[in-house]
Amino acid sequence: METILKVENLNVKLGNELIIYNLSFEVKRGEVLTVLGPNGAGKTVLLKTLLGVFPFEGKIEWKKGVKIGYVPQRVPFVKDFPISIEEFFKLKTKNENEIKEALELVGFDKDFLKKNLGEVSSGQYQRILVAWALIGNPDVLLFDEPTTGIDIAGEETIYQLLERLKKEKKLTIILVTHDLSVVFKFSDYVICLNKCPICQGGAKEVINPEILSKLYGQEIKFYEHHHNH
Amino acid sequence: MSTIIITNFFPVLISAVFVGGVAGYLGSLMLSKKMTIVVDPLSHLALPGVALALIFGKDVSLGAFLFLFFGAILIWVLEQKTKLPIETIIAILFSISLAITFLFLSEHEIEEALVGDISKIGKIGSLITILISLFVLFLVRKIYPKLTLISISEDLAKAEKIDLKKYQFLYLLSISAIVALGVKFVGGLLVAGLTALPAASAKNLSKSLKVFKILSPFFGVLAALIGIFLFRITNFPAGPLMIISGFLIFLISIIFKKG
Repeated sequence: METILKVENLNVKLGNELIIYNLSFEVKRGEVLTVLGPNGAGKTVLLKTLLGVFPFEGKIEWKKGVKIGYVPQRVPFVKDFPISIEEFFKLKTKNENEIKEALELVGFDKDFLKKNLGEVSSGQYQRILVAWALIGNPDVLLFDEPTTGIDIAGEETIYQLLERLKKEKKLTIILVTHDLSVVFKFSDYVICLNKCPICQGGAKEVINPEILSKLYGQEIKFYEHHHNH
Repeated sequence: MSTIIITNFFPVLISAVFVGGVAGYLGSLMLSKKMTIVVDPLSHLALPGVALALIFGKDVSLGAFLFLFFGAILIWVLEQKTKLPIETIIAILFSISLAITFLFLSEHEIEEALVGDISKIGKIGSLITILISLFVLFLVRKIYPKLTLISISEDLAKAEKIDLKKYQFLYLLSISAIVALGVKFVGGLLVAGLTALPAASAKNLSKSLKVFKILSPFFGVLAALIGIFLFRITNFPAGPLMIISGFLIFLISIIFKKG
């Protein structure tokens, strides 16, 4: 399978703080890559760096002509902004059919367009952002912390939605999460990140209790510290 | 003085309507905290510009524009380069502006600098005001969708490969121009109200961008009209009356605010 993204020796420094240190990986077309790590581990920074928002050292090589859709973790002002869902989409495209199609893909009909963006539930809001990212037919979807547990019973979860989109649209997905079940159920490849990469590979092969406590916990650090003396 | 005002009443009224309307339109883009934080102190920088123009007998709008334009660049640079909180930069710029104003001006000039003096606006001044307002209106119309997206989320805008700096610069330039025109009507101290009040009122009554985009300039026009007519009746300074009119519209908008 063709390589869609190649990252080599990536270092990201914001101000004087080194946020990501010495990260290398590859993503092939149609793969799902999850980035797992605690808060402040540099996950969001990694996504934004891949998007070209932050300066970096090292190499980020997207396949030529690749189109990227981005679903941010939250959009802070939207909740009290006087804007309808239709108007929000029209900031990105004038093509009404494309808007309708994108909304249908995430499970909304066209009546939904008239609603105010501030009126929707957080689950619906996340779907809207996914639909927004799908405008323009991206090859890759970058998704920052899909939230779980807010979907109403009977509806498909955000992960079932992504699974379906991946099949129907042949999407490559890079998503950031701290939810382990997502990593096991959904991803082909996982990067455990806490500033520097702690593990990389298939979820079942690389994730074990020791790696997790190294990624999240303090205990192992004390142990190592003790051991070194 | 009163005869000058009466002969120029209609040109002044019309130019006030244009400035009020375009200021309201620009204000509708100021909803995000970051934009407000930059634009509000910027308008205070109009004061030293007006002061210097009065000292040298130049047009106050010209003085204000030069100070605003370089002030905009200064705030822009300070915001990007220093690690100072933006509030600190605001406090510094605001106090130095006031200090310069009070140091060099006579009492009457201070009043003009602070609350404006529409008797100084002649026919040609009105025409220039209208032309610049129209230019800003068309410029802002062109960049409105992208600026809206930037206001909603800089991340989404960056993901769309929108050149944030370019659009923010054009916005600051537009604000500088309108604020510089506004100081003639309402002075350097009240001018922030020209952009902030109509937008706040319109936001209370809007659920969609379409309505918001119409209501905000409409309230700007309305406040200018009411203010200038009140001035004609009462002979109180026009500037404070325009701002008070804007505030009354805001109060009414709260009553009708949509849940």
